[in-house]
Amino acid sequence: MNTTLCENIDWVGYVDWTVRDFHGYSTDRGATYNAYLIRDDKTALIDTVKAPFAEQLLQNIAGLTDPAKVDYVVCNHAEPDHAGAMAKVMEALPNATLVCDKKCEAALGMHHDSSGWKTHIVATGDTLSLGKRTLEFIETPMVHWPESMFTYVPEEKLLFSMDAFGQHYATSQRFDDEVQLCTAMEEAKTYYANIIMPFSKMVAATLDRAAKLDIEMIAPSHGVVWRSHITEIVEAYGNWACCRPKPKVLVIYDTMWGATGEMAAAIHEGASQAGVTAELINVRTSNLTKIATEVLDAACVAFGSSTLNQDALPMASAVLTYLKGLKPVDKAALAFGSYGWSKGGAEAADEKMKAMKWEILREPIRAQYEPNAEVLTECRAAGKLLAAKAKEMASDRKAGGKLCVDP
Amino acid sequence: MDKYECDACDYVYDPATGDPENGIEPGTSFDDLPDDWVCPVCGVSKDNFTLQE
Repeated sequence: MNTTLCENIDWVGYVDWTVRDFHGYSTDRGATYNAYLIRDDKTALIDTVKAPFAEQLLQNIAGLTDPAKVDYVVCNHAEPDHAGAMAKVMEALPNATLVCDKKCEAALGMHHDSSGWKTHIVATGDTLSLGKRTLEFIETPMVHWPESMFTYVPEEKLLFSMDAFGQHYATSQRFDDEVQLCTAMEEAKTYYANIIMPFSKMVAATLDRAAKLDIEMIAPSHGVVWRSHITEIVEAYGNWACCRPKPKVLVIYDTMWGATGEMAAAIHEGASQAGVTAELINVRTSNLTKIATEVLDAACVAFGSSTLNQDALPMASAVLTYLKGLKPVDKAALAFGSYGWSKGGAEAADEKMKAMKWEILREPIRAQYEPNAEVLTECRAAGKLLAAKAKEMASDRKAGGKLCVDP
Repeated sequence: MDKYECDACDYVYDPATGDPENGIEPGTSFDDLPDDWVCPVCGVSKDNFTLQE
């Protein structure tokens, strides 16, 4: 495994091949917790790993240098997948000083007993010389925690971007040009949709700042290091930061006895015939992670649920609650669903999509018990309406909608 | 009028500017912001703001 980024800068993290549930995020391809070691006149460790893998990190460091020679441990992010091993690391590196921003020091102190640690607080613009190389710090609050920070090495044009540009992707390769680009991009998109999306405004601001840096390598805290496809990933972030819509319609639903499923199929049929990408998603055979990823670049969503106890079905509600927190913007939508005697399923979906400030294209489509021919015709027409709107949005935003930030 | 800073993302609410995108007129003091007002940048609630010294 090639772990060398450039002379005396090495990856020393951990590849978590078997993790499939990362605080609810379905990590179908596993994950990595990236840490990096810079050996210069002074030696610096950039980030650590998840607590259970502290030993592997320390072994990787010991393979390259005497642990007593590590002078600095830079913490770009206090979340336990990167700083969980901090207490063990600070104990095992007796001469190391922790380098982090003020908010990170406070967060680390709440996660660990940090009383014996030597700490050097930095802020945006501060630098730390290692000898031939310099560390420059750029605070990036809320990308994606308050204490988040980038560390930049100008001499190598290397940016340690913490969770930004990351992917949950376990591979035996460490670089973007050693894996299939489409897989790395797919996992970067999944990561953006499920972790970064709520902070898109901050991402846009961060991209502006990053554009001023001369960058030849981006080393995130998860997944592969970008060195051959930086343009592609930065451009993709620009598109994701504004949820730039593709001509794509999602029909997402849950159904009790099949009536809402039949309506979903008719809406999907109408959209498919109108020449857009149309996807039919049953929330119980898909998962939250995949649904959020599909929503990120979809223009339009039809969301359906049968009525259960005057509300949407619980899994449909879970999806809507999850999406509401992720704040996908610039979507057009409509709700649909069946009911028995009292309504509630389609109405709950309609309300939650309005709360997300999505443009609602029409009142909910309802069917009592089973959709009759008339309702199914209405559903197919709704599919066409969604498709037409999706095409219009995609072409409008391509020309540069007001919400979009060009990378 | 006092400015308040978001503890999470460092956005500063300046009463002179208000938050017109979210219906808050210039000249609205922080205290007069509705209870359901959230940080226009990162979305945290009003109680996550600190008076700027």
